[in-house]
Amino acid sequence: MIDSSKDWRPADDEIIVVHGPTPGGAGGAYRIFGETLRGLKTTFVNATKGTTTISYPEEKVPVYPRFRGRHRLHRFEDTGLEKCVGCSLCAAACPADCIRVVAAENTPEHRVSAGERYASVYEINLSRCIFCGYCEVACPFDAITMGNDYEMSDYHRSDLIFTKEMLLAEPFERSPIRAEGE
Amino acid sequence: MNGLAPVLGVVGYYEPWWIQIIKSIVIFALGLQIVPIVLLGERKLLGRFQGRPGPNRVGPFGLLQPLADIGKLAFKADFRPRTSIGWLFQLAPIISILTAAAAFSIIPFGDTVDIFGTPVGLYGVDVSIGPLYLFAFGAVAFYGIMLGGWASGSKYSFLGAMRAAAQLISYEVSQGLALLGVVMTAGTLSLTEIVQAQQGMWYVVPQFLGFLIFLVASFAETNRAPFDLVEADAELVGGYNTEYGGARFASFFFAEYLNILVVSGIMVTVFLGGWLLPFGINPPTFVDPFVVLGKMALFVVFFIWVRATLPRLRYDQLMSFGWKILLPLATLNALVTAILVVVLDS
Repeated sequence: MIDSSKDWRPADDEIIVVHGPTPGGAGGAYRIFGETLRGLKTTFVNATKGTTTISYPEEKVPVYPRFRGRHRLHRFEDTGLEKCVGCSLCAAACPADCIRVVAAENTPEHRVSAGERYASVYEINLSRCIFCGYCEVACPFDAITMGNDYEMSDYHRSDLIFTKEMLLAEPFERSPIRAEGE
Repeated sequence: MNGLAPVLGVVGYYEPWWIQIIKSIVIFALGLQIVPIVLLGERKLLGRFQGRPGPNRVGPFGLLQPLADIGKLAFKADFRPRTSIGWLFQLAPIISILTAAAAFSIIPFGDTVDIFGTPVGLYGVDVSIGPLYLFAFGAVAFYGIMLGGWASGSKYSFLGAMRAAAQLISYEVSQGLALLGVVMTAGTLSLTEIVQAQQGMWYVVPQFLGFLIFLVASFAETNRAPFDLVEADAELVGGYNTEYGGARFASFFFAEYLNILVVSGIMVTVFLGGWLLPFGINPPTFVDPFVVLGKMALFVVFFIWVRATLPRLRYDQLMSFGWKILLPLATLNALVTAILVVVLDS
């Protein structure tokens, strides 16, 4: 039920027209002069505040702890075995289809991971990765996590395919992490 | 020589020919030294006003940036549009740079000093028609801009040049009338004598309105923001120098900055007492040029400050401001000064 008395009738609107001061004349000249001085003061105050530039390669903005940067693969700290068991769940979860896992059986002589199988090939094509973090979520053993490294540019696409050894290695401390409350 | 005096104007002081040659070299060298400093200063200061550090990659604190810029421009290919008119296209930057350097030569950096027993004036030439000389070369400098825009054979250059002509002519009138007040007060046209007439009080005090008018008109004359319609990059790409590149563009650029120095120097000479210092401070003569340069630096910083602050005017605003506000004020200033000079003298 629509209350017709509350309908909006455009003709009833009271339109308030606000005109700016008429340009020109002595008043205009005085106004321009005053506003000019005010503008000069504003820029001068701004100049004394110093710069806000971050000279990037030398200075870096710290990333948040949950920042999703380059992936890392992990080992168990006590045994040194790889956490990854080659289940390919990350590859299945990956929307960009950039993870390639080839699993192989662990043998008593050649034990790589804690489970039955291990990833004999683990490659992430970082030129296709969208850094969504689904691989991290999908992993049942927390074997893959997103690191903080975001400086991954390279000269060749082939250099952006990260192998297992590269992902397992400790990354260079290149990206500062934001401290608590920063 | 005296027979030519009414034509050429009486030169205040004659010097040996070799001093004239040395001075002309020194003036050109001085200009060439100061312009890169102004260039860097502008970019650095402009950065500060906008909350960024400005160029800081080349050399310590970016001090070698102008050198890198000049090197880049000098080594660029000598390009000429097919529609351009050959020798005029090449002549325009030369006219611009020569007139700017010529105008620079009348700025007095100090009184006559004795160098190895020869009295030498610390100025290029002390003509008895100082401001007229300035405006004469200013008028010739228009040709540099006009020919540059015309000979490029491009509509943007042409529009920029047309704007430049209209703007420069409009504001030169006010500029001249503003100077007239000082000339009447000092009773001379020689710039050194104008400085000496300010011994008691700088003309910025009695001629404050004239100073303001000259200052505003100078912004228009040097094509600086907020009157930089000549090269309004949003509308005209780059104005009269759109089609120029490499060393020719560098010449235009150099002339533009030299013109800023010239008007700063004229304002220092005419309104801020040239090499004189207030409160009876009387340093030795060799300090004089540095006093002048310091005062010029004040104006240059102000030019940059205004550029960082004010937006560009619309074309009709520029014209109406020039003809409806500045020109009547300048005329009034000249009239009142004339009346006061007569009344106070008698």
